[in-house]
Amino acid sequence: MRRVVLALVLGLATAVSLAFLLLPIVALFVHTTPGRLISQLSSDVVKDAFVVSLKTSVIAQFLILAFGTPTAYVIATRRFRGRSLAVTLVELPLVLPPAVAGIGLLAAFGRMGLLGSELTALGISLPFTQSAVVVAVTFVASPLYVRAAIAAFEGVDPDLVAASRTLGVSPTRTFFRVVMPLARAGLAAGLALSFARGLGEFGATIMFAGSLQAVTQTLPLAIYAQFDLDFDAAVAMSAVLVLISVVLLVSLRLLLSWQSSSSTRSLSRFGLSTSG
Amino acid sequence: MAELVLDEIVVPLRSFDLRLSLEVEGTVALVGPSGAGKSTILRAIAGLMKPSSGRVTVSGETWFDSSRRIDAAVDERAVGFLFQDYALFPHMTVRQNIEFARQNKADRYLWQFRLDQLGDARPAELSGGERQRVALARALARNPKVLLLDEPLAALDTHTKATVRRELHELLHELRIPTLFVTHDFEDAAALADKVGVLVEGSLRQFGRTSELVAQPADPFVASFTGANLLRGRVTESSDGVARVRLPDGTLISTTGAAAGEVVVAVYPWDVTVSIVEPHDSALNVIVAPINSITELGNRVRLAVGPISAEITSESLRRLDLRVDQSVFASFKATGTRVLASDV
Repeated sequence: MRRVVLALVLGLATAVSLAFLLLPIVALFVHTTPGRLISQLSSDVVKDAFVVSLKTSVIAQFLILAFGTPTAYVIATRRFRGRSLAVTLVELPLVLPPAVAGIGLLAAFGRMGLLGSELTALGISLPFTQSAVVVAVTFVASPLYVRAAIAAFEGVDPDLVAASRTLGVSPTRTFFRVVMPLARAGLAAGLALSFARGLGEFGATIMFAGSLQAVTQTLPLAIYAQFDLDFDAAVAMSAVLVLISVVLLVSLRLLLSWQSSSSTRSLSRFGLSTSG
Repeated sequence: MAELVLDEIVVPLRSFDLRLSLEVEGTVALVGPSGAGKSTILRAIAGLMKPSSGRVTVSGETWFDSSRRIDAAVDERAVGFLFQDYALFPHMTVRQNIEFARQNKADRYLWQFRLDQLGDARPAELSGGERQRVALARALARNPKVLLLDEPLAALDTHTKATVRRELHELLHELRIPTLFVTHDFEDAAALADKVGVLVEGSLRQFGRTSELVAQPADPFVASFTGANLLRGRVTESSDGVARVRLPDGTLISTTGAAAGEVVVAVYPWDVTVSIVEPHDSALNVIVAPINSITELGNRVRLAVGPISAEITSESLRRLDLRVDQSVFASFKATGTRVLASDV
């Protein structure tokens, strides 16, 4: 009898949790007919937001890849003083409230900010430009990639690197022929998470870049701007973001299961959390 | 033949300093317990670890010299390094692994190491013995001036090990490249190497041919490492080159060689004879005790009889019909013992 009650309680709790998570997603897609949903996507606001989001995301992810990869490699393979501090710093934006990140970016790069006069002297004004969106997204999304990259590089057996070196191969060639191929799946998984996080970025962007249509208004900002004016358009954009998220999540799952079955070392160290 | 010379190499390790001078010609084995610094030596020679002082030269070429600030990069040292777990690149085929150094085509090596059918296989698909052959082929395909083998047989099961050991012996004999390998197994060292060094806590306790180590172990550690029984006792009398040693259980042992005080008597298991009746022969030492255990070692059998172990053939075991708990006479000649100063 008690066992039956326990099973019922567990089953019920699970069902409520899953329904609670699923309901808002379903609601987005049943709000209007699919035809009307698609027609909403052709409005200028939506198209502009889509372009801004895509452009800034791609540039931000490129920057994250270019700077995050060497940083992660150094942290993963070298033992130096202040290494744990570096790890903490790299992960900090993950727990920082996005609004705080936005204020921080303004305080650093704003006209009155820490580097404001230097930037002004160079003729650069960052806040409320499309570059500011890129900076905000990069700041907020980078930890997801760097964390995954550190784990991926740590997963490469140091003896393989040593073996490559004893075979007369330079450190650079060793990195591209041995380390990168073995860390690739982990890096791709990290990039997918970082991309998803960056696409949904709201708080830091609105503080640091504002919400100017066709300039700094990304999809999440456009959703916020539209939901008073045109709820259907907001729903349509939300549906688009849900689809992108699902595609990213599914490809990530496939990537990780492929990785763990094809590699000798398992990669189960990826935190799958994104927060806006 | 070209040679590898280590001149007063010092590598600081966590709890002790590794200090070593060694000339490697032919095949030399460094044996010792784990944590003695064996692998560190190989890594220092390959340049994967930097000694604090000393010199490493290979056929006259200086790879490391602290006094002249010479420290060649890893990829500039022509070493054939065999890693303990072989460190094959998992994302490459056998052929790509062998050609990774871009010095030789794989075909000759695939043929030489009986890997012709496996050129397109990935390391994960190979057996332990095959992996070892790929690792050796890869190491040789980079034209090494010295071979460094880290526990070359440790990753193999007992059955494969015997075959691989024989093949490796032939290969090392043909290659004529100075080879330094480390192992914790004295039998592997004895089977493969011309000379053996016993490394304990970073320093060389003894260096010589296997037969020298067995005939004249420098201390009790070397004796036990080469497989001897160690009997601790006190010398009660010593005259005419024969010393009598009383063991803690009261048994009196005769040994050749003058000694006094606390000593360790080393007896090799193959010098111990086992019989079921009291022997009447030239053996002065007889220990009467029950058989504690019987362990098969291929075609030989090791018997634990009281404080010592004896090695006899499987055939003798069957002929005498020996069983555990049966009381037997284990005898050995005084000339079959070595008396060593106690290490404690």
